[in-house]
Amino acid sequence: MKRYSMFAVAREAMRFHRGWERAWRSPEPKKRYKVIVVGAGGHGLATAYYLGKVHGITDVAVIEKGWLGGGNTGRNTTIIRSNYLQDPSAAIYEKARALYEDLSQDLNYNVMFSPRGLLMLGQTEHEVRGYKRTVHANRLQGIDTEWIGPQQVKDLVPIINIDGPRYPVLGALLQKRGGTARHDAVAWGYARACSDMGMDIIQKCEVTGVRTEGGKVQGISTSKGEIDCEQLAIVVAGHSSVMAEMAGFRLPIESVALQAWVSEPIKPCMDVVVMANTVHGYMSQSDKGEMVIGGGTDGFNNYTQRGSWHHVEETTRALVETFPIISRLKMLRQWGGIVDMTGDRSPILSKTPVEGIFVNCGWGTGGFKAIPGSGYGMAELIARGHSPLTDQFGLDRFKEGRFIDESVAAGVAH
Amino acid sequence: MLTLTCPCCGVIAEETEFAPGGEAHLKRFGPGSSDDEFEGYLFARKNPKGVHFERWRHAYGCGKWFLAARDTNTLEVFATYKAQTTEPPADVIAKIKAKRPDWEGYK
Repeated sequence: MKRYSMFAVAREAMRFHRGWERAWRSPEPKKRYKVIVVGAGGHGLATAYYLGKVHGITDVAVIEKGWLGGGNTGRNTTIIRSNYLQDPSAAIYEKARALYEDLSQDLNYNVMFSPRGLLMLGQTEHEVRGYKRTVHANRLQGIDTEWIGPQQVKDLVPIINIDGPRYPVLGALLQKRGGTARHDAVAWGYARACSDMGMDIIQKCEVTGVRTEGGKVQGISTSKGEIDCEQLAIVVAGHSSVMAEMAGFRLPIESVALQAWVSEPIKPCMDVVVMANTVHGYMSQSDKGEMVIGGGTDGFNNYTQRGSWHHVEETTRALVETFPIISRLKMLRQWGGIVDMTGDRSPILSKTPVEGIFVNCGWGTGGFKAIPGSGYGMAELIARGHSPLTDQFGLDRFKEGRFIDESVAAGVAH
Repeated sequence: MLTLTCPCCGVIAEETEFAPGGEAHLKRFGPGSSDDEFEGYLFARKNPKGVHFERWRHAYGCGKWFLAARDTNTLEVFATYKAQTTEPPADVIAKIKAKRPDWEGYK
């Protein structure tokens, strides 16, 4: 793999850019791999990457039904933060945020991590109390968040209307090292690094069955033939239940649609991420100048990657009240992704009833921010059988009633 | 946007008039059941990509719960029917079979 650098750009500029090579290979699948990861989204590719980088396991294939990073990795609002209430969540999300800090250097691929600061608005008394509690918890967890008043919010976000009338801004939780990153680049950077380590990334290859024998995984059947493996990691977000059924078990997961949309590009007007969870909307400005907006999920099971129109209307209406200047903006694009929701709104990184099969799913509405931490923990789980990052996120927590409740506490928009 | 027919009051309305209530025909396990059964009842869901039986409430109408057979992969609604049944009635099954001959049936 040729390294990307300023010198490489200069060299290629001298020869009409003819020397660039493909960022990753597109091989045919081999008969057998030590580890197969199903799902070439951020989480799947990060899992493969840290398997190779940290644990030296490079006999790995990443199987993808569509194209690399074409699912939720390419459909989110690119927000990165780690201001979670519960200790296990704070640990894995902060690990991810910390890895994002120098991910571009690590991968030799610019993921455009922009720790521009992230605000979660407190717009009701309950929300204010909830976020202050989160700030206190974060202080104990060693995560840098603080509570700021309405005037400080106005100073940071001049375009915001803090006076309501329906939901005045009473303050905000500020995470200064939260922000955004280029979502596609995260997938592409991991894919390039995986390919460089000799791993096979196989796109347009649909898994049609999981072969097991005596409660142990043997391999998978795909549209490109049978592939054997010792260990299988299912990292397929919204389709986790479909894969689990192939392997013969059920998951505590329901798949629903979550939508996002962007405006036409405008001049820079907001250099932080603002989340308004009471009214179910969050907004940031992309490097191109588009206002990137995300809303709430639908309530019914859905695999179509299309959401309901009234959620777009509700969120836009709420954000127009909070940011009056966006009322005349045209919306450029709108899209949906299928998110895998668990009952306690925390992910599942776990062994399964089938020996050798692992699942990494249940990230719901907030998976992008967790990609590096999730991959890091998952790789350790696969290679060593357990990981301090993932031990609390096992499937057994549902049987034991040991939930990691982030459904209300984190104020995540649902 | 989904359009559903309430089998209780007969009104045809858009989804904003209804509230979704998750998977239908759950078999309930309570005191005396095993841990696995109780966990399965509380948390494990079929979540199929395809034919799905689910609960809805006519929240901004007659207020009654009812059930719907719907394809989660196309959003097509096959039928809605009253909730006082432990499994999908034969006419609902027939309607689904007519449109999805490959469907493996209710399990």
